[in-house]
Amino acid sequence: MAVVEVDQLVDARGLSCPMPIVRTAQAVRGLASGAVIELLATDPGSVKDVAAWCKSTGHELLDSSSDGVVYHFVIRRK
Amino acid sequence: MDEPLNLVLFSGTDDKLQAAAVLTAGAAALGKPVHVFLQYWALDAFRSERIARDHGLAPEAGLEGRAAVDALARAGQAPWSETLRQAKDLGGVDIQACSLSMDLLHLQATDLDPLVDGVEGVTAFFLEAGDGQVVFI
Repeated sequence: MAVVEVDQLVDARGLSCPMPIVRTAQAVRGLASGAVIELLATDPGSVKDVAAWCKSTGHELLDSSSDGVVYHFVIRRK
Repeated sequence: MDEPLNLVLFSGTDDKLQAAAVLTAGAAALGKPVHVFLQYWALDAFRSERIARDHGLAPEAGLEGRAAVDALARAGQAPWSETLRQAKDLGGVDIQACSLSMDLLHLQATDLDPLVDGVEGVTAFFLEAGDGQVVFI
């Protein structure tokens, strides 16, 4: 993917479901439309959760990847 | 997504309250309104002087379940009261105490943790539930 500038990092590593999504939802509130959030999580459920949350809320999931330990997401605010 | 999720909490053990808190936080993150109605032993667990205590686990947990829950807590899982606080911070979460259960347990509104928004009867609960699902835990 093309390099995008991240406006806010949400480090949810070590947090269990549903805290990665809760932290992301909290972060989104303080950001302007179009802002980019980078989310780090270790909860394996976050792969489907983040995709479902973006689909439902209208935020855009720009990238989703994993090194097998940490799940990494890039989300653009609606 | 606009229909509320309506949770009736009856059980007052930490595992069931954690499961309910996770459902609440997940729905709140999606912008779904959540109504939580506290009855019986769940309401008892929301007493301000007891909320942080160990409320035990459901009987089916057994010793293995206890060890698994403890391991999750050691790994950093927030207690259910904290998960609920985070959910309320997102907005759209209303927690009400059942008035019958308040009588049963001889409770006043001032005995309850600030997580609880008020006291209502079952009719008010159903009215606010609208067409949303009602889940009993």
